[in-house]
Amino acid sequence: MNLLFAAIAGILFACGTYLMLRRSILRLVMGLALIGHAANLVIFTAAGLKRTGPAIIPPGEEVLPATAADPVPQALILTAIVISFGVIAFAVVLVSRVWAVAGTDDTSAFSEQEPEASP
Amino acid sequence: MIADALLSALPVLPIVIPLTTAALSLLFWRSLAAQRVLGFLGAICLLAAAIALLLEVDRDGIRVLQAGGWEAPFGISFVVDRFSAIMTVLAGIVGLATFAYSPGSVEGRRQRLLYYPLLSVLLAGVCGAFLTGDLFNLYVWFEVLLMSSFVLLALGGTPLQIEGAIKYVTLNLLSSALFLIAAGLVYGSLGTLNMADIAMKVRAGEHPDATTAVSVLLMTAFAIKAAAFPLFFWLPASYHTPPFAVSAIFAGLLTKVGVYAMVRAFTTMFVQDVGFTHTILLVGAGLTMVVGVLGAAAQQEFRRVLSFHIVSQIGYMLMGLALFTPLALAGTVFYVMHHIVVKANLFLVAGLAHGLRGTSSLKVAGRISLYRSAPLVCAVFLIAALSLAGVPPLSGFFAKFVLLEAGAEQGSWTIVAVAAAVGLLTLFSMTKIWAEAFWKGPAAGDPPPFPISEARGREDLPPGRTMVATTVVLAALTVLIGVFAGPIFELAERTAAELLDGEAYIRAVLGDGVAVAKGGPA
Repeated sequence: MNLLFAAIAGILFACGTYLMLRRSILRLVMGLALIGHAANLVIFTAAGLKRTGPAIIPPGEEVLPATAADPVPQALILTAIVISFGVIAFAVVLVSRVWAVAGTDDTSAFSEQEPEASP
Repeated sequence: MIADALLSALPVLPIVIPLTTAALSLLFWRSLAAQRVLGFLGAICLLAAAIALLLEVDRDGIRVLQAGGWEAPFGISFVVDRFSAIMTVLAGIVGLATFAYSPGSVEGRRQRLLYYPLLSVLLAGVCGAFLTGDLFNLYVWFEVLLMSSFVLLALGGTPLQIEGAIKYVTLNLLSSALFLIAAGLVYGSLGTLNMADIAMKVRAGEHPDATTAVSVLLMTAFAIKAAAFPLFFWLPASYHTPPFAVSAIFAGLLTKVGVYAMVRAFTTMFVQDVGFTHTILLVGAGLTMVVGVLGAAAQQEFRRVLSFHIVSQIGYMLMGLALFTPLALAGTVFYVMHHIVVKANLFLVAGLAHGLRGTSSLKVAGRISLYRSAPLVCAVFLIAALSLAGVPPLSGFFAKFVLLEAGAEQGSWTIVAVAAAVGLLTLFSMTKIWAEAFWKGPAAGDPPPFPISEARGREDLPPGRTMVATTVVLAALTVLIGVFAGPIFELAERTAAELLDGEAYIRAVLGDGVAVAKGGPA
C-alpha cells in the first residue's frame, strides 16, 4: 500500500513538473496545483498508512483507543488544502491578467522585455 | 491589569499588532488618509513591542508562549530568543520606514487597492515566521507573507509587474510545496513538529539518516526563499518591477525570512550531521556570493544591480552559518542586522534617484545631475553603498571583518578569499551606480528622458521631504551600527551562543524536566 501511494505521489510530481515546463502559463498553474496535491499525499503516506478508526474517545473512557487514527497529519493536510486553494485562486487571476495585458498565455511572450521599456 | 495582559502576551504582540492594524484599516477602506495614519501608528507600536521584547529576552532569556494554553509539544509554541527578537526589531524598522515612505512614492491608484492593509499583513507574516516555535506554523506564516507579497508585487498590473509576478509566484509556490513535504516527512520520522521537540529527538539520535535527508529537503526550500545559488533566479527577475517602497520592504525582509529559517533549522534543530549539511551550505554560500556579484556587474538598471547584490549578500550570511562557530554565527547575526537596514535604504534611495532623474537606467543620462542638485540624496546613497561594500568605519565593514576572521580561524581560506574578492567587486558595482546615476548629468547633446510635465506617474516626479527624511534616518542608523559596533557585536555574540546552546532552547519550551542528550554539534 505504501508503495502504491508513493508511486502515485511520484507520478503526480512528474506530471506537475512536466506541466510547469510547458510554455503555457495556464498549464504552469495546473502543474503547481498537481504538485500541491502530491505534497498532501506525501504527508498522508509519511505519517503511516494503517487501518484505524476515528480519533474519538469512546464514552466512559479517558484516553484514545490504540486503534484511533493520528489526527495531526489530517489537520496538516486540511490546512495545506485551504492554503493551496487560496494561492491557486490568486494564480488563476494572475493568468487572466496575463491574458488581459499580453493577449497570450505563452511565457515566451514575456521573456524579452527590457527593463528600460517599462513605464 | 491591561499592562499585565500586554506583558504576558508580549511574545505574540508583534503578530497581533499588524493584524489588528490591517483589520482596522479595512474598516476605513474608503479613506486613504486614515489607512496611512493607522499603518504608521501600527508600525510604531510594532517597533516598540519588538524592542521591549528584545530588551526582555536579552535580560531574562528565552520567552515562550504556548498558544491556547496547550502544553508543548501538543500545541503551537511561540518561542522568542535573542535571534527572533532581533529579527522582529528589524522588521519593525523596515516596516516603519516603508509606511513613512509610501504615501509620497506609491501612485494613488495603487494605494487605493488596499495597499496599506496588505503591508500590515505582510509584516504580520514576517513577524509570525520569526516568532513561531513550530515547523508547520512556520509554513503557515510563510504562506501569509507570500500571499500578501504576491498581491503587493502585482498591484497595479503593469505588464512588467505581471511578468515578474509570474516568476516570483511560481518559484515561491514550488518552495512552499517542498517545505510542506519536508514538514510532513519530519512528522513522519520524528512524530513531532515542535522545533524544541525536534531538536531534542535529533540530539537523542533518532533516525539520523532520514533526518539528514529531510533536512536537506528543508534546506532546498529555504534556499529558494533566501535566494541562494542556484535557486535565486526569481529574485532579480521580479524585484525591480513593483513600486520602490514595495521592493524596499521585500529586499529588506523577505529573503531574510529564508535566512532566518535556514539559521533556525541548522542551529537549533538539525545538527545531527554538521560535516555533511554545513559543507553543502559553505559551498552554496561561496557560489551565491560570486554568482550574485558577477550578475550585478552585467546589469544596467539601478534596482537590478541591487537585486543581484541581495543574492550576493545572502552568501555572506550563509557563510557564517556554514562555518558554524560562535564567532561565525555572531558574524551572521551582525551581518543580517546591518544588511536589512542598508538594503532597504538602497532601494528607497533608488526611488529618490528615479524621481529626480526620471529614469532608473544606468545607460541613459538623467534629467539632472544628482551630484550637483541633490547632495543629500547622494550622501545617503554613499553611506549605504559604501557600507554594503564593507568600507570602514561603516556597519558593513565590521560585518564582513567578523566573517573573514571566523573563516580564517577555521582555516577555510577559500571562502575567506572569495568573500574578500566579492567585497571588492561590490565596491565596483556601487561605483558604477555612483558614476552613472549620481555623478553624470545630461550632456549637451543628450535628449532628456522626458520633461517633468510628461511624467507618467508619481514615481517619475521629484520625491517629497518625508521620503528623503526616511532614507536619511536609515542612513543614520547605518552609521550608528558602525559607531556602536562594539555593543551590537556583543549582542550578536550572545545571540550566537544562545543559538548554539540547543539545550537551553529545548528546556525553555519543553520544561526543565526533559533529558537532553549531549550529542549535537561535534
